[in-house]
Amino acid sequence: MSNISIRVENLSKRYRIGQREPYKALRDTLTHALHLPFQLLKKESDRAGSHEKYIWALKEVYFEVKHGEVVGVIGRNGAGKTTLLKVLSRITEPTEGYAEITGRVGSLLEVGTGFHPELTGRENVYLNGAILGMRKTEIDKKFDEIVDFSEVEKFIDTPVKFYSSGMHTRLAFAVAAHLEPEILLVDEVLAVGDAAFQKKCLGKMSDVAREGRTVLFVSHNMGAVKTLCTKGCLIENGKILLQGKVDEVVSLYLQKCQDLTSAISLAERTDRRGNGSLRFTSVKLLSRDGEEIAAQSGKDLVIAIDYVTDSQSEKHAEVSLAFTDLYGQRLFVCLSRSSHQGGFLRLPEKGQIRCIIPRLPLLPGRYNVSRLWCKIGAQMADDIQDAFHIEVAAGDFFGTGKLNPEDGGNVVIDHRWEIL
Amino acid sequence: MNTDNPSKSNSRSAISTTIIRPSKGYFSIRWKELWDYRELFYFLIWRDIKVRYKQTVIGFAWAIIQPFLTMVVFSIFFGKFAKIPSEGSPYPLFAYCALVPWTYFAHSINNATNSIVENQRLIGKIYFPRMILPISAVFSQFPDFVISFSILIMMMFFYGVIPTANLLWLPFLIAFMSLTALAVGIWLTTFNAIYRDVRYAVPFLIQFWLFASPVAYPSSLVPERWRTFYGLNPMTGVIEGFRWALLGKGDPPQALLLFSLTVILFVLFVGIAYFRRMEGAITDVI
Repeated sequence: MSNISIRVENLSKRYRIGQREPYKALRDTLTHALHLPFQLLKKESDRAGSHEKYIWALKEVYFEVKHGEVVGVIGRNGAGKTTLLKVLSRITEPTEGYAEITGRVGSLLEVGTGFHPELTGRENVYLNGAILGMRKTEIDKKFDEIVDFSEVEKFIDTPVKFYSSGMHTRLAFAVAAHLEPEILLVDEVLAVGDAAFQKKCLGKMSDVAREGRTVLFVSHNMGAVKTLCTKGCLIENGKILLQGKVDEVVSLYLQKCQDLTSAISLAERTDRRGNGSLRFTSVKLLSRDGEEIAAQSGKDLVIAIDYVTDSQSEKHAEVSLAFTDLYGQRLFVCLSRSSHQGGFLRLPEKGQIRCIIPRLPLLPGRYNVSRLWCKIGAQMADDIQDAFHIEVAAGDFFGTGKLNPEDGGNVVIDHRWEIL
Repeated sequence: MNTDNPSKSNSRSAISTTIIRPSKGYFSIRWKELWDYRELFYFLIWRDIKVRYKQTVIGFAWAIIQPFLTMVVFSIFFGKFAKIPSEGSPYPLFAYCALVPWTYFAHSINNATNSIVENQRLIGKIYFPRMILPISAVFSQFPDFVISFSILIMMMFFYGVIPTANLLWLPFLIAFMSLTALAVGIWLTTFNAIYRDVRYAVPFLIQFWLFASPVAYPSSLVPERWRTFYGLNPMTGVIEGFRWALLGKGDPPQALLLFSLTVILFVLFVGIAYFRRMEGAITDVI
């Protein structure tokens, strides 16, 4: 007996986009029908219906999931992840191809599906459970567990419309977490509740994974994906870009995200904030001698940022660069207000600001400048998220010719050893 | 896999394979699937009923008020002033006997029409046989029917009308009435999902239908040559049936009912086929 849980072959889903009316009115259809003979006489390109375009939300997707695998499905927004889950959940039909699923499917595309505000928590647990496919006897058995997990015991008999949004999502997730299908399709539902509850949810998800169920997990939280998943699947524009080991797939995804950001030079960036009295235009990485280099662990790094301002007067500015790792964890911030002697940077009308980091204390890898901003006076002049990334090559930080291995965190701290 | 005592086997121990592919628009009712989801039926009906009267003051009394007040108005204007004949029974009883099944029918198709659109969030997030929605919309009217029916019994008692053995036909008539509501409801809900103005047309349709059915007047009022055409309206059969079963007057409307039954079954099956055909597209349109 094959142990394939899900097999997808040539799966494609096409959606209509464009100027179609979301709802048709009978009168519109009738008038359209009356106009049709005249439309047919016109050229193809002039016809009224030609506004309608199609997009392929999924195109020729082939993949296989073995029983017990936990697959992280990742990709940018609009890549097709949710569509894939919807097709596998039978919510929407494929346009072409087919999928073969062995086992009962539980889909969690949203927490609290079917919750009705007028009903009490208890009633909604039954309703939601039934909607998700649990039998009444099953819900009876697990009721206490569910309420316990959700931490809303005191309010279980109050109508849900009086719940806070936190209580609402906790109860909804608690019901969903106690589903026991062979295959679980989860779409981004871990991003609910406060940090403590998220930890609980993550814990429950790993229990589910450990019980040997097949899980398809869509998420933007790379940390969660790496923790829970055994396999990864990267989707872009409706096609699978890479399937395989989680670490590889996640790295590829992150790289692609960075590429997108940094491919656009600072001057062309439109997604910036600030009043514009100063604008960053480009960035270069230089050595102390002013030559363009690649950043290296242990070597001095000069980050040279060109800028223009909107007037001839000298500006008193504050600049900040925030560095994060690939997972969005903030490592450190270079803030001119704290580190520059004299406080403000005196900036001429245009020129270059240089941030000099002696003996770059970062391990080899890719790092992101998650935020680059400049304030003039007390006003934010320019503020760019994900401004650029830097690739740090290995270098001799300690002077010993050796560097920390990759799992030593991102930052290298200068230190020495002594024996007494 | 669970292989112990077969009498305790649960359906989850059988691992089934599902194939998902684009449907070719073939017609199939998939009874087994509807049976598997029977608990969801129950829960949706329970939800609709519970929610309908939450936070209302009179609650279930609303189930009685509409048919009852309509009966009062009809009795005054049709019974007294226009002097419409009532086949030997007191006019109020005559009218109310028809209003009870009529109200069930009217409310059922109203609910059914909106059932898909109202539950669009559910449809977009979870899979279940979509047909459950109009079906449960029709059946969630049943408690209201039972209440107004009990008032009917009281009225019969009040007027001293003793039911005959014809009463035994009642369960069949009730089933037939539900089937009619379902057949019409399935058509309307499919239309409404695609053409949203249907929702506005339905109250008008119901009004029109009310007067096209022998609720305020007996069908004997309709000239002979129009009778067959008039009989195409399945509610004619249901109402005449109700009157005959409860009040015992007139000829048994067997032929009429048989005719209406054929019409309704035809409408139902074509409606289900249409629904199934559009089911795939509905999620994308909604």
